[in-house]
Amino acid sequence: MGCSKNKAWVVHCLLIAGALTMLIPFLWMIITSLKTLMESTMIPPTLIPSTCQWSNYADVWNSLPFAAFYANTFGMIFFRILGSVFFSATAAYAFARIEFPGRDFLFGIVLVTMMIPGQLFLIPQYDIVAKLGMLNTMFALVMPGIVSAFGTFLLRQFFLSIPKELEEAAILDGCSRWQVFWKIMLPLTRSGLIALGIFTALFAWKDLMWPLIANTSLEEMPLASGLASLQGQYSTNFPQLMAGSMIAIWPMLLLFVIFQKHFIEGISGTGSKS
Amino acid sequence: MMKINKRKGKDYAWAYAMVGPTILGLIILNIYPLLKSFYLSFTKSNGFGISKWVGLANYERLAADPAVYQATLNTMIYTVVSVAAGVFLSLVVAVLLNEKIRGKGIYRTIYFLPVVSAPAAIAMVWRWLYNADAGLFNYVLSVFGISGVHWLTDPKTALMAIVIVGVWSMIGYNMVILLAGLQEIPRTYYEAAELDGAGPIRKFFSITLPMISPTLFFVVVTTIIGSLQVFDFIFMMIEPSNTAMQYTQSLVYLFYKHSFMMGDRSYGAAIVMVLLVITLIITAIQMKLQKKWVHYD
Repeated sequence: MGCSKNKAWVVHCLLIAGALTMLIPFLWMIITSLKTLMESTMIPPTLIPSTCQWSNYADVWNSLPFAAFYANTFGMIFFRILGSVFFSATAAYAFARIEFPGRDFLFGIVLVTMMIPGQLFLIPQYDIVAKLGMLNTMFALVMPGIVSAFGTFLLRQFFLSIPKELEEAAILDGCSRWQVFWKIMLPLTRSGLIALGIFTALFAWKDLMWPLIANTSLEEMPLASGLASLQGQYSTNFPQLMAGSMIAIWPMLLLFVIFQKHFIEGISGTGSKS
Repeated sequence: MMKINKRKGKDYAWAYAMVGPTILGLIILNIYPLLKSFYLSFTKSNGFGISKWVGLANYERLAADPAVYQATLNTMIYTVVSVAAGVFLSLVVAVLLNEKIRGKGIYRTIYFLPVVSAPAAIAMVWRWLYNADAGLFNYVLSVFGISGVHWLTDPKTALMAIVIVGVWSMIGYNMVILLAGLQEIPRTYYEAAELDGAGPIRKFFSITLPMISPTLFFVVVTTIIGSLQVFDFIFMMIEPSNTAMQYTQSLVYLFYKHSFMMGDRSYGAAIVMVLLVITLIITAIQMKLQKKWVHYD
C-alpha cells in the first residue's frame, strides 16, 4: 500500500512538471498581454502586471479587422465541415457497401491523394481559384477542403465495422439504397461523423499557407493568416501581439473545453481505425 | 433474375452518384494539381503566365543549389529529432496517464491545449519566450549565470528552438492516440505478469510495448509525414533577413519562398517534387519495417 502511494506521488510529480511546461507559454501570453510595452521589457520580468492594460486588447482589435477574421474562420470551418462530412459519408458508404465496376480503381484515387504531401497541390489550386476570379473570397478559403480523401477513408472504416445484416433486412423490406444510407447507416456512424467534423475544423483552423496565398486582402483573411499580418505590423510589440493571440485562440479553446469528450474520442479512434 | 439485374443497375447508379462528388473533387483539386505541378517542374515561366518547356533545367539548377541541400538536411534533422523526442515524450505521458490516478481529465485537457491553438499564436508566444533581450528563458538562464543566448538568430540553436516548439505542440495529440491504445490492453495481462514477479520495466517491455506497437507505428508514421512538411513555425519565427534562416528553412519553406515570394513557380514545383520523393521513400521503408516490429494480433 505504502509503495503504491509513493508511486502515485511520482506519477503526479512528473505529470505536473509536464503540465506546467504546457501551461507556461499560455500563462506568459496572458500576463504579457496585460503589460505596458515598457513593463514587458523589464528585467527581472514582473509576474503580475502592475496595472492591467486592457487597452492592449482594444488597440489590437481596432488596428485589424478581427470581426472579419472571426467570420471568415468560422465560415470556412462551417462550409468545409458541411461539404467534407456529407460528400465523404456518401462516398465512404458506397465504397464500403456497394460492389460496382471500377470501385477499386476509384478508391485507389482516394488512397493516392492521402499519401501525397498537400503542398504539391497548392500552385495549381491557386491557378484554378485565380482563373475563376475567386481570390480573396470565402469560396477560396473553402474550396480545397470541400471534399476529403482522409474523411472518405476514415468513414469507410466506420461503415465496414457495421454488421451487414442490418441493411440486408432493410433492403428486403423494400428500402432504397438512399433510405438505407440516410436512415439506417448514417445514424450508426454518428461518432465517425463527429470525429471527421472535428478533424476538418482543426485542419482548417490550423492551416496557414493556403490562406496566406489565396486571401491576401485583410478583410478576407481567417485568424491564422490575420495573426501573421499582425506580427508584420507590430513585430516586437509583444504586449499587443500577445493580446492579438489571445483574441484569436480563445474561441477554439472554449469549443475544445466544451466538446472535449468528442475531441478526445474522435482523435483516439483514428489510431486503431486506420 | 431480371429483378436482381435491375437491382444491380440501380445500385451502380447509386454508387456512382454517391462517390461522384468526392472523386470529381479529388480529381480537380488533387490529381490534376499533382500532374500540373509535375509538368510545371519541367517548364520556365516568363512571369506573364506563359511557360515554356525547359526539360530538366529546374532539376539541374536544384542539384547545384546549396540551399536545397541545406533545406533537405534541415528538414531531415527537424524530422528525426522531433519524431524521436515527440513520440517518446507522448508515450511517457500516455503511460503515466494510464496509471490509476486522480485528475486524469485535467491533465489531458492541459496537454491538449496546444493542439487546438493556432500555430501563428503559438509561434508568437514562443518567439517572445525566446527573445534574446527580454525573453523569459534568457532571464531564467541568467539566474544560473548563463546570459544572452540568441535562440532564434544563432544558427547553432535556431533549428533546435523550432524543434522544441514542434514537440511541445504535438505531445497532446499523440498522447491521446497512444492512451487509447494503452487502454485496450487487458489488465489481466499485467496481473498475470505480476504473479510471475515481473517489475514495471519488465512489464513495459514485454507487454506494453508489443501490445501498443500498431498504435505506436501509426503515431510514428503520421508524425514523420507531418514533420517533413514543417513550415508554420519557421515562417512565423524566423524572419527572411535572419542569418539563421539558411540553417532552419525547410523544403516546404523553400518551396513557399520560390513559388509565392519570388514568383518562380517552376522552381518551386521542382523543390516540392524532392519532398514527394522523400515522402514516398520513407513510406516504402516504413512498410518494410512495419513487418519487422509491429505485432498485430
